[in-house]
Amino acid sequence: MSVSEIGQSQVAAQAGEPLLRVRDLGVRFRLPGRIVAAVDGVSFSLDKGETLALVGESGSGKSVTALSLLQLLPYPLASHPPGSSVVYRGEELMGAPDRRLRQIRGNDISMIFQEPMTSLNPLHTVLKQVGEVLLLHKGLNREAARARTLELLRLVGIREPERRLSAYPHELSGGQRQRVMIAMALANDPDILIADEPTTALDVTIQAQILKLLKELQRELGMAVLLITHDLGIVRKVADRVCVMTGGKIVEQGPVEAIFAAPEHPYTRKLLAAEPKGRPLRAEAAAPVVLSGKDVKVHFPIKKGVLRRAVDYVRAVDGIDVTVREGHTLGVVGESGSGKTTLGLALLRLISSQGEIAFDGRQIQGLRSKQMRPLRRQMQIVFQDPYGSLSPRLSVGEIVGEGLQIHGIASDAREREARIVAALEEVGIDPGARHRYPHEFSGGQRQRIAIARAMALKPRFVVLDEPTSALDMSVQAQIVDLLRDLQARHKLAYLFISHDLKVVRALADEVLVVKDGQVVEHGASAQIFDDPQQPYTKALMKAAFELEAVESGVVSM
Amino acid sequence: MPDAASPTSVPTGRAPQAQPWRLMGIAVSPMTYRRWLNFRANRRGYWALWIFLPIMLLSMAAEFIANDKPILVWYEGAPYVPVLFTYPETEFGGEFELEADYRDPFVQDLIDEQGWMLWPLIPFSYETVDFELDSPPPTAPDARHWLGTDDQGRDVAARVIYGLRLSILFGFALTVMSSIIGVVAGAVQGYFGGLIDLLAQRFIEIWQGLPFLFILIILSSVIVPGFFTLLFLLLLFSWTTLVGVVRAEFLRARNFDFIRASRALGVSDWGIMLKHVLPNAMVATLTFMPFILTGAITALTSLDFLGFGLPPGSPSLGELLQQGKANIQAPWLGMTGFFVLAALLTLLVFIGEAVRDAFDPRKLWSGSAPPPEESEPVTQAKPKPAPQGAE
Repeated sequence: MSVSEIGQSQVAAQAGEPLLRVRDLGVRFRLPGRIVAAVDGVSFSLDKGETLALVGESGSGKSVTALSLLQLLPYPLASHPPGSSVVYRGEELMGAPDRRLRQIRGNDISMIFQEPMTSLNPLHTVLKQVGEVLLLHKGLNREAARARTLELLRLVGIREPERRLSAYPHELSGGQRQRVMIAMALANDPDILIADEPTTALDVTIQAQILKLLKELQRELGMAVLLITHDLGIVRKVADRVCVMTGGKIVEQGPVEAIFAAPEHPYTRKLLAAEPKGRPLRAEAAAPVVLSGKDVKVHFPIKKGVLRRAVDYVRAVDGIDVTVREGHTLGVVGESGSGKTTLGLALLRLISSQGEIAFDGRQIQGLRSKQMRPLRRQMQIVFQDPYGSLSPRLSVGEIVGEGLQIHGIASDAREREARIVAALEEVGIDPGARHRYPHEFSGGQRQRIAIARAMALKPRFVVLDEPTSALDMSVQAQIVDLLRDLQARHKLAYLFISHDLKVVRALADEVLVVKDGQVVEHGASAQIFDDPQQPYTKALMKAAFELEAVESGVVSM
Repeated sequence: MPDAASPTSVPTGRAPQAQPWRLMGIAVSPMTYRRWLNFRANRRGYWALWIFLPIMLLSMAAEFIANDKPILVWYEGAPYVPVLFTYPETEFGGEFELEADYRDPFVQDLIDEQGWMLWPLIPFSYETVDFELDSPPPTAPDARHWLGTDDQGRDVAARVIYGLRLSILFGFALTVMSSIIGVVAGAVQGYFGGLIDLLAQRFIEIWQGLPFLFILIILSSVIVPGFFTLLFLLLLFSWTTLVGVVRAEFLRARNFDFIRASRALGVSDWGIMLKHVLPNAMVATLTFMPFILTGAITALTSLDFLGFGLPPGSPSLGELLQQGKANIQAPWLGMTGFFVLAALLTLLVFIGEAVRDAFDPRKLWSGSAPPPEESEPVTQAKPKPAPQGAE
């Protein structure tokens, strides 16, 4: 950029130019044999004190857009076509020297990421992580950096910040980690905060708290926030304006109220319609009991000393009674760490537990693994993470067919093939793709494959362990519909584990609210959702449906 | 890609056409076919295989290429196959009841009178001493001895062919055996963990600390080493190579969700180890295999070079190198040994790399991101075919 151009843009800045203006931004990735345009002709602007949301599904290019503002993409694999322009306070950032960009990164424009687990260095204490930013950009000395760090931790609502200074990331909960991330991002009073799915990996209760915190901080510090999310609920709650992205393009932008009231582009309408909805099936109340557990307990010993004697127990599940009837869905809700998943695994006898567990009236607690094997085909599980639950080295057909083979369900290869095809068709995966490997499928498709694996055995009882939590909002809706459809067709009994009450409401006809391994509230779904009795349940509801944080101490902080 | 219907050319999300996958005319599973495509995509390894295969096959038939006996004798209207069978000299009208020496002019004359002989390409075996040399051995390459003779007047070309066969067989045998032992040991340690793992790890650490060359030298002075004793001795020390890698893969994999899913399906411990964890450990194993193979060949060669290897007179590349060192004035010895060994090891490493690629499903699809998430109208009454790629 020549000197005269800089002069011109500074003039423009004084004449009411927005804080950040992005014009015709494009990003291309060079892949073996082809070039992919991940972002194409994106233009938007961001004013001081404003919250702009970039909304879209995975692969829509919203994160790539955010990363290219600070040019954090893997260059030269990525490139910006000529004409792309990012102007910050009248200064063109596209093609700016590295030195200048480093000054801006983390100082004027900072970022927080989705995964608080991996965005903090596990070997550094909180003081060191936050203090590093201060030492680097502000040139503070150690004492001043420590004082400022404390101030920041207090600002982001970490309790007892003095004690937390020397804590390592693994000693903090997910919400606390995200708060530390935010503290790091705020350390230099940035003008713009880019938040890339800041709450996706968190519990609904924590999500509400973090959103509230971001809103408060924005009001106090007058920052502009660029919020990237797939969740329209969050957009409605915190954003002023919204850009809807798909296929690397912005298809619609405008004030939040306008877009939500009168969406123009069909894609926006599709997104708005895509919330897990519908009602659970009306199952017969007197349907036979498929699985019941009485006083189920899972205690993990805490061992100490040379002799490794158990000094105490972690009571992950502490005396829970459950009953699941044919064609019914029992929703198990609670925050992370409340023992939901452990309960599911214990009922399937995948981890050892105490208490009575009966399947079809027959006691299965204490059966040996050989004796359990014939029962396994009747009780199945679907996991949360569709990326970790499929073996990367087996083809989809092999994955789905494994259970058939183990239980000798199909007499020959042809019949097995037919069953695999049928199972894949039932979950809406093209059976012609059965010779492909899992990594060629999107998250939603993988979750369908995981469901097909469970369904191929024609089970009677299925544990669904947060099957929708790792998926985009619109895909969640499809998976919920699929599950409901399968239940209706096969009279399946579901144990549906989730922290997301929206999904639970769409599927469960009975709800078990769990906290610290114990049942807090139990009842028919309609009753719990319409008239929750316990403060814990109320707090969960508020967080899930209104994104409101309740900070009375009933939920974790 | 060879044909339009091969699975690689089908865009993601669309069904490949119903087409039987064929390899050289044999119907194979689509998985095998894709591995073959992966293998072929590595051009260097693919060509190395095509160079190595004929060399290996020819060296396996060493007796028919380099021998001091004719392949076929036609004598008095009847066929004789001296390569495979032993005939006494009296059979051809000679005097001794010992095996006929077909290189003896007397015997040759006897046979030529009543019939004819078909000689191999190189009419010398690895131990045949040529007594009709013009100068004292080692002699330089000429039309009679293509690669010259060694210091005992034996044909170098014949010794190289036999030596290659011995090296290849030894290398493969040692690699296969040490891989099997190593994978089993690593798998058991990694999967079960705990005390088994702890004890086995300490044992391996001590075992690896033993100075194996000295032990081999000491042992070879006590017993006369042959092919199988050497194989056993080297196996004692080479099985540990793979244990660490396989153990690490098993330790990592046993907590994955898909392992848990298999347990929920009712798969047994051994079934899980074989079907789910082992394939994951296979790439690491295959990464090491070419190095074990080349290491095995090198180990045999170096023992031969030092004189602690195969019994004297055996055709071996190490012995050839040793002669090259002892006879600097005859550079064809050392150079032949060097080039043969270098070519063999290079080809094997190239092939090993291609095999590794073949078993890595991510390799073929490197750079292809998973398809973007699709949102369909939620008014989906019943399941439809899978969401297709971007419409």
